[in-house]
Amino acid sequence: MKDWRYWLAEQRGTLLAFGIFIVMFVIYTSNHPAGFTANVVQTAANKGVLLAFVAMAQTLVVITAGIDLSVGMIFLLTNCLASWLVVGTPMQTTLGVIAVLAVGLLCGAINGAIVIYGRLQPIVATIATGAVYYGIGLLLRPFPGGSVNEDLADAMTGRVFDVVPASLVVLLAIVLVIWVPFSRSVLGRAAYAAGSSETAAYMSGVPIRRGKFAAYTLAGLLAAIGGLFLTFFTYTGDAAYASGNAYTLFSIAAVVLGGVSLFGGKGSAIGAIFGALAFRTIGDLLFVFDFDPLWQPLFQGVILLVAVSLGAFALFRVRNRLEWFL
Amino acid sequence: MDAAVPLFQMEGISKRYGGVRALEKAELVVTSGSIHAILGENGAGKSTLIKVMAGVVAADEGRMTLDGREVTFASPAAANKAGIVCIFQELSLVPELSVADNIVISDPPKRFGMIDRKAQRRIAEEALARAGAGDIHPLALVKDLPLSRRQMVEIAKALARKPRILILDEATSALTAADVSNIFGVLKRLRREGLALLYISHRMNEIAELADQCTVFRNGRNVASYKAGSKSDNEVVELMIGREYSHIFPPKPAAVPAWAAPRLEARKLSWTDRLHNISLTVRAGEVVGLGGLDGQGQRELLLAFFGVLRGLSGEVLIDGRPVTISSPAKARQDDIGMALIPEDRKTEGLMLPMTVRENLSFAALDRLSKGGIIDRAAEQRLIDDMVGLLAIKTAGLDIPVGALSGGNQQKVVIAKWLMRQPRIILLNDPTRGIDVGTKQELYQLMRKLADAGAAILFYSTDYDELIGCCDRVLVLYDGAVKRELVGAEITERALISSALNIHGEESPVGLGADA
Repeated sequence: MKDWRYWLAEQRGTLLAFGIFIVMFVIYTSNHPAGFTANVVQTAANKGVLLAFVAMAQTLVVITAGIDLSVGMIFLLTNCLASWLVVGTPMQTTLGVIAVLAVGLLCGAINGAIVIYGRLQPIVATIATGAVYYGIGLLLRPFPGGSVNEDLADAMTGRVFDVVPASLVVLLAIVLVIWVPFSRSVLGRAAYAAGSSETAAYMSGVPIRRGKFAAYTLAGLLAAIGGLFLTFFTYTGDAAYASGNAYTLFSIAAVVLGGVSLFGGKGSAIGAIFGALAFRTIGDLLFVFDFDPLWQPLFQGVILLVAVSLGAFALFRVRNRLEWFL
Repeated sequence: MDAAVPLFQMEGISKRYGGVRALEKAELVVTSGSIHAILGENGAGKSTLIKVMAGVVAADEGRMTLDGREVTFASPAAANKAGIVCIFQELSLVPELSVADNIVISDPPKRFGMIDRKAQRRIAEEALARAGAGDIHPLALVKDLPLSRRQMVEIAKALARKPRILILDEATSALTAADVSNIFGVLKRLRREGLALLYISHRMNEIAELADQCTVFRNGRNVASYKAGSKSDNEVVELMIGREYSHIFPPKPAAVPAWAAPRLEARKLSWTDRLHNISLTVRAGEVVGLGGLDGQGQRELLLAFFGVLRGLSGEVLIDGRPVTISSPAKARQDDIGMALIPEDRKTEGLMLPMTVRENLSFAALDRLSKGGIIDRAAEQRLIDDMVGLLAIKTAGLDIPVGALSGGNQQKVVIAKWLMRQPRIILLNDPTRGIDVGTKQELYQLMRKLADAGAAILFYSTDYDELIGCCDRVLVLYDGAVKRELVGAEITERALISSALNIHGEESPVGLGADA
């Protein structure tokens, strides 16, 4: 086989998510009254990047064959925190941003430490820490409120050169600064190896613990970046429990849509980003076709099922039934 | 080199697991530029010995010296750093990563803090070429490779780490004959380059060809060390099992008459490009072998009978009656009565974390229950029978089956199916990685079951087994039956020449390895 075929096989999930997103987005813009304009793209991007950041966070943990049910709550906590800290002079604002990101990192690091060194199941550990993070967020913002440096917020949600949505530029930058180095580093490979076969990785002398710890910690950071953006869009902090839970669950949906295996060891954050964007576009599609928004959850569910089934089609071609279980 | 200071030495090494003594004051001396064979039954302490050497487990007492300096290894990585690299029996490859990723996994080449993929590719290609496996693409995912190729990747991976001491633990068990002779060439070259090699194998012929020095382990102690070739096979086996070694294979009874009705019959079975027009019969009371090189469709043929493959063409008849076997659940039903002892007992045969009792009764639960309730007393009776019949050595029925030794695990797999009293038994290389004593018991059991009226189809990669156990042998080549050997025709020479699809009787050249 030629090299590109191996590459294609590896990227299949990502390309599929990309394809689904493009098809949905083309249908959306071609039916939008305003058409494919910078404004429409900006609005869509701003809605999409929130879930994209949280989905990236989820991807890192899922690659290690874990799951992080606290990402939505870190997202809320950092939103509440940002609504206190990211204000004032440019200097104060910068320090505020750094503090918010540091709290995200810390939340992720706590998750990682509990899962790796405490040897707790990721699902249980992150339900518990998620509740703690939400609780802190609620103490910070018992009622929606607060504010944010509006110059920064407007710059982050506006457009660069009047065409490209700034939020997409930031998303791209984060991919280049966090995901690409991680996935190509020894720690990233350790995370993949641990997710695929932890014993084999251990026997090969792979730094499993450091790899997993890096994955959980960076997941906290990415969720915090999402939380910052939420603040930029809404200008407020709001510890909305339902919203946090929805982001956690949608991040898992986006990850699956993006071709990341829940069994670990396989997939890419870039796939998850397209998964997230595609998932968000469902709501927009309902809007342009004048459906009642009440239909949205049902449609999201159906699209998710269809997308996951597409991935499962390969099973029908399997001639040796034992391969079903691999 | 300085003969006074051996490269590596272990003195008074002891290790206990709970109440079980795995090693008891074991000693080992390893010298550069030689191949040292370690022999012993499973459970004799070989695996523990090399795990201690490779930093996987820590010894309770004793000391290890490398170049005369005392060393301890806290992890496999630490042992690797010191130049001790082990190729384990349980493969240590990460399935979702590519071959190249796996080869450099412990110490990937880096550039600007990131993994340098070009350098990684180059290292992987070099290592694969050095292992004589240049046909494996470095970008292929390990999970897509067959077992024999994975083992070659494992060897390439070990070589890429530039070891001073290379330990091979049953590293050839899944290899094809061609790969084995390749690897032997590689190992001999490494010996010339001054490496110390530790070679663990149950195949006496491999040891005879390779080893300079042999050490025999029994019950956690090294009982004898001798120069290779200074003892006969029988003497060595006696050292290993510690008792008189009688006939390993049970005598064969008179052949089942050819006119007897077949219990299992296949007519022109074909499946994708792996099986072509296979027709065969197995009569009650017969042990029919499947021979040939590894990967010629033997495994697929057994899976086809067992209802695992879809899109099969041709006919399967049981007692002359055409049947469609659409799943393993159907295959084991009483009107068919089939059992398959799988090749990979850890994934297809056992649920490792579950208890011996649970594993034993899984396949027979429907027979032991009424209205969905399990009859505990009947279950216990049957389990006792089986544990007795197969002499399964276990500390109790309620311990995880994963805690048993390899040979005893395999006995559990077999016992599990015997609980259904199958009429047709398919065996897929059941003795791989099993010690001599257990093998002997399995051969006798197989014959006993045949005498009791079962029809047995037995695939083995070990020619001695086929010769010793089978009434007839079908040699497969490229998914088709090339030759049928009956009774006295089953000889090593006939098996090898037909396995290689060579017509005529001249001995094949350069095959020494697996012969």
